[in-house]
Amino acid sequence: MPRSSSLNWQDRLFRWACLGFALLILGLVAALAVELAWSSRLALRAFGFSFLWTQVWDPVREVFGALPFIYGTLVTSAIALLIAVPFGLGTAIFLAELAPPRISEIIGFLVELLAAIPSVIYGLVGLFVVVPWVRSVASPSVDAVLGWLPVFQGSPYGVGIFTAGLILAVMIVPFVTTVSREVLLTVPRSQREAALALGATHWETIWTTILPYARSGIIGSIFLALARALGETMAVTMVVGNRPEIHPSIFDPGYTMAAVLANEFAEATSNLYLGALIEIGLVLFGITIVVNGVARLLLYRLHDTSAVHV
Amino acid sequence: MSSIVPSVKPPRLAVREAPPADASSVAMAVDRLNAWFAENHVLRDISITFPKQQVTALIGPSGCGKSTLIRCLNRMHEVVAGARVKGEIWVDGMNIYGEGVDPVQVRRKIGMVFQKPNPFPTMSIYDNVAAGLKLNGVRNVSVLDEAVERGLRQAALWEEVKDKLKEPGTGLSGGQQQRLCIARALAVKPEILLLDEPCSALDPIATAKIEELLHELKTQYTVGIVTHNMQQAARVSSFTGFLLLGELIEFGTTDRLFTNPSDPRTEAYITGRFG
Ligand SMILES: Nc1ncnc2c1ncn2[C@@H]1O[C@H](COP(=O)(O)OP(=O)(O)OP(=O)(O)O)[C@@H](O)[C@H]1O
Ligand SMILES: [Mg+2]
Repeated sequence: MPRSSSLNWQDRLFRWACLGFALLILGLVAALAVELAWSSRLALRAFGFSFLWTQVWDPVREVFGALPFIYGTLVTSAIALLIAVPFGLGTAIFLAELAPPRISEIIGFLVELLAAIPSVIYGLVGLFVVVPWVRSVASPSVDAVLGWLPVFQGSPYGVGIFTAGLILAVMIVPFVTTVSREVLLTVPRSQREAALALGATHWETIWTTILPYARSGIIGSIFLALARALGETMAVTMVVGNRPEIHPSIFDPGYTMAAVLANEFAEATSNLYLGALIEIGLVLFGITIVVNGVARLLLYRLHDTSAVHV
Repeated sequence: MSSIVPSVKPPRLAVREAPPADASSVAMAVDRLNAWFAENHVLRDISITFPKQQVTALIGPSGCGKSTLIRCLNRMHEVVAGARVKGEIWVDGMNIYGEGVDPVQVRRKIGMVFQKPNPFPTMSIYDNVAAGLKLNGVRNVSVLDEAVERGLRQAALWEEVKDKLKEPGTGLSGGQQQRLCIARALAVKPEILLLDEPCSALDPIATAKIEELLHELKTQYTVGIVTHNMQQAARVSSFTGFLLLGELIEFGTTDRLFTNPSDPRTEAYITGRFG
C-alpha cells in the first residue's frame, strides 16, 4: 500500500498548490482594486459618484469628471467592434471553410503577424496615413451623405473618435480571426455531414450548423478583442485627438481612459489631480471586470442550453 | 413515395443473380461505380440494385468500402477533399452523377444516417427534426409541427420525447439520439434512406429498437444499410451485397446468400473464416 498512499499524498499536495495559486490570483486582483481605491481616495471623497457623469476636466481649477474618457473609451471600442467583428469573422469563415489550404495558411500567418506589430507602429501609420485619409476623404464624404445626422457631421481635424476606432479595429481583427478560425476548424466532420446529408448547401451548412456549433468560441474571441480595445493606449493616444470633450460627431476629437492616464500622469502635480487619474484607472479596471463577467455569464448560459460536449 | 413510377435504366449487372427484374420494382441502380480517395482506388466497378421498399444490406470486412459505397449513393463521398467518383447511379430515371445534377437536390431525396449519432447540439429536439424542412424553406408552423410529429413517430421516438420537444437533442440517450437522427432524415420524406452502421454505438436494447424500426420503415421507404454484424443483416434485410477489397463479390436475397453462397469468398466470410 505504500504506492497508493504516496499517490494520495502527491494528489493532496497538488490540490493544495492549485488552490494556493488560485487564491493568490484572487488576492492580487483584490489588492489591485484596494490599492487603486486607496490611491484615489482624495478624488473619491471630493467628487463621489458624480465623477462618473461629470464632463469637466480642468486641472487648473482642480475640477475633475471622467465622463469624456469613459465615453471615448466605450465609443472607440464600439466602433472597433462594429468594424472588426464582421470583417474578422468573415475572414475566419473564409480561411476555415472556403480558401484552399495553402492560401489559408499564408493568409492566416499574415493575420497573426498583424497581432505581433507593436501598437506604436499602428499609431504612426494612423497618424501619417489614416488621419489624412479621414480628414480629406472619409469625413467629407460621410458628411455629404449622412451629415444631417449629428453623429456623422464632418470635422476638419482627422484625429478623433472614429479614427481611433478604425485603428483599434485593425488591431483587434487578428484576435477575432485567429481564435474564430481555430474554433471553426474544430467543428467535427460529423456535424458538417449531418447538414450536408439533409440537403444543405455549403453556405447553409456554415450558417445553420458550423457557426452555431462554434458560437461560444466565437463570442469568446469577440470579448478577447473587446478587452484589448478597451485597454489599448499608445496607438489611440496618437490619433484620438486627446481632448476631454464630448462632441456629437464621431469625427471630432476625444479622449480615452487609457490615453489620459498615459498622457497626464507625469504632469499630475497635485494630489487631487493624481487621485482623479488613478480613479480613472479604477473605473477602467471596473469596466474590464464587468466585460469579462458578462462574457462568462453569456458563455455559461450558452453551455447550459447547448451542452457542446460531444 | 410509392406513387412515383421510376423508369430506371436497366443496369449492366455484373452480379451473379439479378434482383426482381422489372424496373418498376427497383429504386436505385448502381452501374459500374468506381471511387477513389486521392490515388487510392477503393471501389471497383460496383453494380448493384436496391429493390423498392426493401431493406438491402451491405456487408464485408472492415475497410472493404461499405461506407464509401453507401456515401456514393447520395453524393456524400465527394465532400471529402480529394475524393472522386466515376460511374452511374440511376434513381427515378435520372443518373445522379449525370451532368448538371445538383448534389444538394440528390441529398434531399436520399437521406442518410451515420454511424455515430450526430444531432445538432445547439438545437432542440423539435428543431433537429425540423432542420431539413427549414432548409427547404418551410416556415409554416402547422406544417412543421405535423412533419416533426410524423418523423418522430416513424422513428419510434414520439412517445419518449413528446413532452420535451424544446429540450436539447443532445440530452437524449445514445439510442434515442440515433432515432432522433433517423427522424430528422425521415421528416423531409426522402425516397431512399441510407444507414451506415446505425447501431454500432448502441447497446443491444437500443439496437433491437432500431431493427424493429427498419421493419416498419420498409413499408414506405427503400432502405440501404451497412452493417458489420451478419446476424443483423440476416434479421433486417431482404437482399444482401457482400463486398471485399472494393469489389462486390456477391449480391442476392439474404436467405440465399447466407444459406447457399455461390462464391467461396462469401462463404468464407459468413462462416467467419476472415473479416
Ligand atoms: N477519409 C478518407 N480518406 C482517405 N482514405 C479513406 C477515407 N475513408 C476511408 N478511406 C479508405 O477507403 C477504404 C474503404 O473505407 P471504408 O470506410 O469505405 O470501409 P468500410 O467498409 O466502411 O470499413 P468499416 O467497416 O471499418 O467502417 C479503406 O481502405 C480506407 O483506408
Ligand atoms: Mg464504415
